[in-house]
Amino acid sequence: MIKSKLLNSLTRTLSGIGYRMIERIWRLGAGARLFFLTIFYSGESFKRFHLTLREIYFTGVMSLLIIVVSAFFVGMVLALQGYNTLQKYGSSEAIGVLVALSLVRELGPVVTALLFAGRAGTAITAEIGLMKTTEQLSAMEMMAVNPIARVIAPRFWAGVISMPILATLFSMVGILGGYIVAVPLIGVDDGAFWSQMQANVDFRLDIVNGLIKSLVFGVACTMIALFEGFDAPPTAEGVSRATTRTVVISSLTVLALDFVLTSFMLVI
Amino acid sequence: MDRTTIDLWVGIFVALGVAALLGLAMKVGNLTSSQIGPTYSVTAAFENVGSLKPRAPVKSAGVVVGRVDSIVFDSKKFEALVTINIDKRYTFPKDTFANIYTAGLLGEQYVGLEAGGEEDALKNGDKISQTQDAIVLEKMISQFLFSKASEPKSDGKEADSSNKPTEAKATGVKETELGDAPF
Repeated sequence: MIKSKLLNSLTRTLSGIGYRMIERIWRLGAGARLFFLTIFYSGESFKRFHLTLREIYFTGVMSLLIIVVSAFFVGMVLALQGYNTLQKYGSSEAIGVLVALSLVRELGPVVTALLFAGRAGTAITAEIGLMKTTEQLSAMEMMAVNPIARVIAPRFWAGVISMPILATLFSMVGILGGYIVAVPLIGVDDGAFWSQMQANVDFRLDIVNGLIKSLVFGVACTMIALFEGFDAPPTAEGVSRATTRTVVISSLTVLALDFVLTSFMLVI
Repeated sequence: MDRTTIDLWVGIFVALGVAALLGLAMKVGNLTSSQIGPTYSVTAAFENVGSLKPRAPVKSAGVVVGRVDSIVFDSKKFEALVTINIDKRYTFPKDTFANIYTAGLLGEQYVGLEAGGEEDALKNGDKISQTQDAIVLEKMISQFLFSKASEPKSDGKEADSSNKPTEAKATGVKETELGDAPF
């Protein structure tokens, strides 16, 4: 009797794990399918490019303020903290290198992607989820309008285009913030700040690699937001859950991808 | 929202991005400073290159005249074969000296060229025969310790070593300096 109870609970636990695993894999497959469909129907959506421009306005331009302000503060904090440690070793002039390399290589792409997931990703998920809930997507299909070409692809390309631009702006504004703290406030030499930076930041290895990272993050964040919205259960609760999941999954994916990309980039 | 307004804003956005990239490339990166014109390459063999890396600067009289292209190990002679690219604007005599120096106490290593006196100039594919290896700090310290140990204890009164105490003093100062350095 006890034995069969134990066996029952064990079976239930195992099948629970199996169910979750299968669901995850199914979602991964559905996401990949949506990604390929998006790429496939992109040509169709590029014929009406103003749709993409409109989405660039909503995802990119509207994110400018949060990106610029946070970049400024991140740069200033980096300069303060870096100076605090570097001056112990008598090399406070290296602060320019520290700020520039941390921003261009890591913080620029990663923090931009995290902010983007919070600012634009959630909006995309909620919008598409609500479109699905109110059956706008089905209505489009009824009118022989492909919702992937009309709704998904413009948002995808807008995210992919916006992210590297935002990340570049983040790095540049962050370096300016670091400059303002290091040179006028702390009194590090102006020439040494820039010349050490220029001597140690490589265009190909640092700046272009940072751009590649942000491009990959752009694809990942936008695609996750789109899929979560597209896949959301058509209820108020479902949309809210999908929005939360967008932020969580995007953030984790960005951080994990960052590690993978960095390990590839540093080996070369 | 009006379509032209959106177009304008997106245009501003993209222009800002391009400006930031240009700023990064010009002001932050080394796209402008590392630009050296057409180059010719010469090789130099070192017994020890220390931590010299590809793309390290090649300097003469403190001016960057080229970059290190590659460093390979020559398994026949057991030496490091360093290929360096020198800007075509600069010519060096055949008996030029190639040294590996360190910028600062812990800075990066670079190749320093010291011009010799010969008439003929180095050409593409030539080999610099006179080289000096990188200074390895551990070697230097152990040499110093050995020479210190073999020295007789000098209290300044020994007749045969009139200049030794000052030498010992000079190196003694160096030792305390190294001891205080934060590594």
